[in-house]
Amino acid sequence: MSFHLARRKAVNIIMLGLTALCTLVAAGTLVFILGYLFVNGARSLNWNFFTRLPTPVGEAGGGMANAILGSAKLLLLATLVGVPIGFLGGVYLAEFGGTTFSFFVRYTTDLLNGVPSIVMGIFAYTLIVLPQKHFSTLAGGLALGVMMIPIAIRSSEEFLRAVPLSLREGAMALGASKARSIFTVVIPAAKHGILTGIMLNLARVAGETAPLLFTSFGNRYWSPGWEQPTAALPVMIYTYAVAPYDDWHQQAWAAGFVLLSLVLAVNIVARLILSKRVAPR
Amino acid sequence: MSATPTTAIDARPTRRARSFAQRLRGGDEIAYAITFICAASVILVTALLVYQLYANSAASRAKFGWAFLYTSVWDPSAGQFGALPFIYGTLVTSGLALLFGIPLGVGAAIFLAELAPPRISDALTFLIELLAAVPSVIIGLLGVFVMIPILRAAEPAIRAVLGWSPLFSGPFYGVSLFTAGIVLAIMILPFIISISREVILSVPGDQREAALALGATRWETTWDVVVPFARKGIMGSIFLALARSLGETMAVTMVVGNDPKINHSLFAPGYSIAAVIANEFTEATGDLYQGALIELGLVLFALTIVINGAARLLVMGTTKKGAA
Repeated sequence: MSFHLARRKAVNIIMLGLTALCTLVAAGTLVFILGYLFVNGARSLNWNFFTRLPTPVGEAGGGMANAILGSAKLLLLATLVGVPIGFLGGVYLAEFGGTTFSFFVRYTTDLLNGVPSIVMGIFAYTLIVLPQKHFSTLAGGLALGVMMIPIAIRSSEEFLRAVPLSLREGAMALGASKARSIFTVVIPAAKHGILTGIMLNLARVAGETAPLLFTSFGNRYWSPGWEQPTAALPVMIYTYAVAPYDDWHQQAWAAGFVLLSLVLAVNIVARLILSKRVAPR
Repeated sequence: MSATPTTAIDARPTRRARSFAQRLRGGDEIAYAITFICAASVILVTALLVYQLYANSAASRAKFGWAFLYTSVWDPSAGQFGALPFIYGTLVTSGLALLFGIPLGVGAAIFLAELAPPRISDALTFLIELLAAVPSVIIGLLGVFVMIPILRAAEPAIRAVLGWSPLFSGPFYGVSLFTAGIVLAIMILPFIISISREVILSVPGDQREAALALGATRWETTWDVVVPFARKGIMGSIFLALARSLGETMAVTMVVGNDPKINHSLFAPGYSIAAVIANEFTEATGDLYQGALIELGLVLFALTIVINGAARLLVMGTTKKGAA
């Protein structure tokens, strides 16, 4: 009997220890990724990275100024496509929605959110690149924009729903129409949450590579306007990482460092804001 | 007050009594129409996505029919396209990812939900959820320059233990199905952990108290009472992770080796659906070649939709049970 008990206690300690080990491995992986990237990236990073164009193979120096601008342009387009549709769709779900149609919209939103990013690339390709017969910033922006819609909808809906009903009732009691109460009372009350949601959403698509491979394609030079192929940071990381040149690998580390710093900074700030705003309620 | 039935007293004239112009001036109808269009556009976009994939793969569907799914010759120059090697590679790498990811992820979720003090648990969960935000191309970059050298160094040890199995036969070049599986496991960990933790936390406390009161150890309580209670939700998190890993493109493309053959050794290079689309799409000339790649996209889309749907049902099932 006492042997039995000892065995149970031993199993208890061992298994609990193992779960702690699992956690350590998972958290350790992130710390390792960050550390490795920061050490390698910071070493390869210099001012030229932000100001110069890529140089031909074998020529030292050069940077990714065009890719940084390209990524910014793509994100701007993506915001213009994804945020208005997502935000207003979220307003519908939170304020006007009934049951059947809203359920359908939510369900489809979840489906769209689960679509692999490479398939979104094909979608934008067939819509814009195929008829135009050339790669363009526009196509890349559309691919990223469509990817933003589902999360924009769900996060807007969630933050609007968090606004207390009494605010709506107060506005209506003062004689405001429903639309007026939504746009002058409810949305301003949910403003911070919605903006934070958009920032997180942007950080997510900023790192997307797959949908850009055959929409915005890539470019070793500046890309004027919206109709030409453009470089983007994540795509550059990919091209440089799989190329067989050592100095390109260094550049890939630098680009990875810049991209990851941006993405993580946005994530950390956004999460801190959210947890602070949610806590006092 | 259009769609939701409400008991609030509406002092204004009824809808019918107000003229159309009046209602427009109030702005309600306009706001309703605009937001409705935006919400409906989600359904339209999804429908358009399916239609585009279907219509643009017509050439390939007409030529190969269902045989596309079970033939294994992929020879663009001969105009012969069979998707089996890619489907195989996708399933094997995702399977490996689950094999490594499930024990690690569920174990960590148990620790974070049941054992760790709330503060430490929150901090660690925050860290692990940040891992989900790391772009896949960066995981791929580390896969190429860190994971592959590590696995090369570990190869003799792995062979010493598992070398008898045909799964670990043949030369190992670093890029392989095995490498891709490990990289994918890292990528799906945060999903399994954060959702499973959430589900385990929602298990009512009296379940634990009852087990402990009967003399069960901490581990027995967790494993025999709490985990079975949360089983459906944990399954849901695994399905979501699976859907992620099936569609994962960049990290896999960079470490899987890109060889369109069915190799039975895990140490051999392979290929996945997403990877072949990423690699060959820009150079695909002709309707048939491009159609075949788009049809692969359609297959991938169908796979992830089915698995995501199953995951949602499972997660919905448990949260309801947990709340009741």
